[in-house]
Amino acid sequence: MPLFERLYNFAHWLTQDREEAEDLVQETYAKALKGFASFQPGTNFRAWIYQILRNTFLTSRTGLKSASVSLDEENGQQNLPVANATPETILLQRSDQQLVQEALGRLAVPYREVLLLCEFEEMSYQEIATTLAIPIGTVMSRLSRARRALRDAVQQMQKN
Amino acid sequence: MVMSCETWTERLDTYFDGELSPEEARALNEHLCQCTSCATEGLRRLQQKRAVQAAAQRFMPDPAFRGRVQKKIAAPRPILWSRRWLPVLVTVAASVLIAGFLVTFQRTRRSEQQLLSELVDQHVATLASANPVDVISTDRHTVKPWFEGKIPFTFNLPELQGSPFVLVGGRVSYLRQSPGAELILRIRQHQISLFIFQEEELSDAQESESVRTAHSFEVRNWRRNGLLYFAVGDVNGQDLDRLSELFKAAG
Repeated sequence: MPLFERLYNFAHWLTQDREEAEDLVQETYAKALKGFASFQPGTNFRAWIYQILRNTFLTSRTGLKSASVSLDEENGQQNLPVANATPETILLQRSDQQLVQEALGRLAVPYREVLLLCEFEEMSYQEIATTLAIPIGTVMSRLSRARRALRDAVQQMQKN
Repeated sequence: MVMSCETWTERLDTYFDGELSPEEARALNEHLCQCTSCATEGLRRLQQKRAVQAAAQRFMPDPAFRGRVQKKIAAPRPILWSRRWLPVLVTVAASVLIAGFLVTFQRTRRSEQQLLSELVDQHVATLASANPVDVISTDRHTVKPWFEGKIPFTFNLPELQGSPFVLVGGRVSYLRQSPGAELILRIRQHQISLFIFQEEELSDAQESESVRTAHSFEVRNWRRNGLLYFAVGDVNGQDLDRLSELFKAAG
């Protein structure tokens, strides 16, 4: 089964629950198998199967809840303040893995998924755009906001 | 144009994601070498990227779960034999049969076309050759024995005297790796190649007799005594028909 571990990891990140993740992966493979005729050779298989997984997630109970989160980004401006990085803040950013994992888990699903697809799956902006069915411009602005949100979350957790 | 540090830092993520154009990446790289503030911010972003990369690999599927999915997707679907499926099955079976027939028919047609093209090619090659024949003779009693031992069959040549056809000679020809005879005949200023092959070697030549045109050449094809005859030439159809009648009569 291609991409099994990675799909499971992604599903678990989305659902934040082992059982739900297993259901999601199982359903994704069943749908992929059934819809394999609709897959056009030469197009991106990875984006296709992640798209199935994500669409399946969005119609699940947890997914429907996550979709209600407003991101206010499509009409928002891209002018994020420049972070004043100092060697001290860099040291703060080298936080332990558990902290980043917790912060990732707290992010809104749209931010979490775009970060995972970009950083972990190392998808190109085009692949992410295909998977999430959004324009490349939105991929870039969402990524930018997601990174900022993650950084804020890590800092907040460090303060506490 | 001098860009502000704000503009440069806006591009840092795209730079580390490998999505900047080579020119933009080069320019940003140059700036990072000169600007400590932007370089520090770049380092921070890169570290965050790496941290997410490492943190994201968190959940591993249970080995038993993999087994369950594998079993589920590999399991054949139960076949429902009930009356309401019967019309569907009949329709499907009929469609498959028709499709199969069409495919076979088309394949045969294509294979026949290839065969004709090959023969026309050989005829053209003979016309263009400096030594078009291996045995030069207008006498059928010379040509026919010449083929003995060179091809695995024998054939009858009609008496051509009194007809407009003149025998020029013959050569051994090959079609689908099977040897056969190619007789070269002349009518007025035109040359005709008459190919003779064993029928069993060319099972895809379905039609017992045909009148066709291939690449603007007239082609006649007939069968006699287990042999397949193909007459190819740039003559009119009636001439080829007369030639085929002569050979058919000779048996």
